[in-house]
Amino acid sequence: MKRYFEFYRAMMKLSVLEQWQYPIANYFYMIGMIAEPVIYMVVWSAVAVQQGGMVGGYTPGAFAAYYIVWTLVRNMNIVFTPYGWEWRIRQGQLSMSLLRPIHPLHGDVAYFAGWKIVVIILWLPLAFVLSLIFKPELNPTLLEGVVFFFAIWMAYLIRTMTLSLLGMVTFWTTRVSALFELYFAAELILSGRLVPLSLMPDWVQRLAWFFPFRWAFGFPIEALVGDMSTNELLAGLGMQLAWIIFGAVSVSLIWKVAIRRFSAVGG
Amino acid sequence: MRGLRLAINYLRIGVLNEFQYRANFYIQILQTFIALATGLIGLNLVFSQTNELGGWNKSELLAVMGVFIMMGGVIRSAIQPNMERLMEEIREGNLDFALTKPADSQLLVSVREFRFWQVVDVLTGMIVMGVALSQMNRFISLWSVLGFFSAIVMGAVMIYCFWLVITSTAFWFVRVHEIANLFEGLYAAGRWPVDIYPNWLRYGLTFLVPVAFAVTVPAQALTGRLTLQTWLGALALTILLFTVARAFWKFGLRSYSGASA
Repeated sequence: MKRYFEFYRAMMKLSVLEQWQYPIANYFYMIGMIAEPVIYMVVWSAVAVQQGGMVGGYTPGAFAAYYIVWTLVRNMNIVFTPYGWEWRIRQGQLSMSLLRPIHPLHGDVAYFAGWKIVVIILWLPLAFVLSLIFKPELNPTLLEGVVFFFAIWMAYLIRTMTLSLLGMVTFWTTRVSALFELYFAAELILSGRLVPLSLMPDWVQRLAWFFPFRWAFGFPIEALVGDMSTNELLAGLGMQLAWIIFGAVSVSLIWKVAIRRFSAVGG
Repeated sequence: MRGLRLAINYLRIGVLNEFQYRANFYIQILQTFIALATGLIGLNLVFSQTNELGGWNKSELLAVMGVFIMMGGVIRSAIQPNMERLMEEIREGNLDFALTKPADSQLLVSVREFRFWQVVDVLTGMIVMGVALSQMNRFISLWSVLGFFSAIVMGAVMIYCFWLVITSTAFWFVRVHEIANLFEGLYAAGRWPVDIYPNWLRYGLTFLVPVAFAVTVPAQALTGRLTLQTWLGALALTILLFTVARAFWKFGLRSYSGASA
């Protein structure tokens, strides 16, 4: 246990130091990312205004709150991509991490968790500017704030697990980009990234309950922005935890089978 | 004339190269299909709640989406791959190999790559536009056709100039490949006509990142909204941007010191 703790601390420190070297590059990346929610926000605010100030229970101010919190959650959603797994496996880069006496996934989790700290610090001024421009209506209770804090880190873990699983498909076939694209499209629709799920048709909302997407995206946002009861908040955290456990178990099971197929030399 | 021949030769090599990887063609079709499907879902979600957005109705916005997809194909086939390669070469110091060739350096770095399969996006965009036009059921004059094609060309040139300026900053900042991400994010704003955005953003999308000229203006031509004023403005801005981009490229080149080679 202590060994893991030391590893995580060292790895996170390393990634903070490394990423802090490139604030401009990180900002470019974040501004590119922020364009997306700003577009959604503007479009839906325009629709809300045209419909007499509200659409699907959201006022322009509520949309602003939703999509500004969105930007933070989206950043928390950045994990080692399946394309990275593809590269790792195809190029034999995995060989190096296999020599280490620790599961490679720990390295990913720790590195990106460290990066998140840099990202959150860089995000604060952006959120401040966005709030000045779009005037969000946001009055979270203390409980919602606490739930949100845990929910974004759990969202990070859920997405780490699901994307690692997706990336590990590369062990069996190297033509994976089409599969990845399909996954990301489903995620866009069913997670609450494109629009708050409450604006979707009923059946889509019910369908979304069974996929990991909304637990890694829409739920943390709604926890802070929406009016969820204490029970709903706790149930959401429970679903997140369930997905993390399910994901971690699947990753380790599939890893055991997959690693036997890995045949690269060098790297 | 020699420059044109050079560009055509590179184009041919690019196409031949891509023909070696036919499976990529099917992957491209799938990707285009997914992008189109998500775009249509977004459009339908908006229009399930309203029947007009910023003075544009649904079939007119479908035309905007068609232009958006088509221009995206042009960018990803001819502009972005060249600029990404350039960025990489500035960083690695391999640009020496291009600079020592006896041709105009800006021309050379702008025509070396061509991703042929992206043509699927261009065709899909045209089909979407065709569907939108038939839904609108209005007479298309020769002027709007000419306006449309000239606006597309000017828009593409402006986007190219924007990319060249941004890429040239690699001479000073070195690690700039996040710019591709930045551009894709901002370009996505073109999915909707820029009229719907608040003023500051509209100006940004018009003059800083010329998305408005690349997508909205050609779509205006298709839907009969393009005024002569806008067209002349586009022409002036194209010339201005091209001059600025070329000057900036030459200025940046002076800071290039090579890294290895």
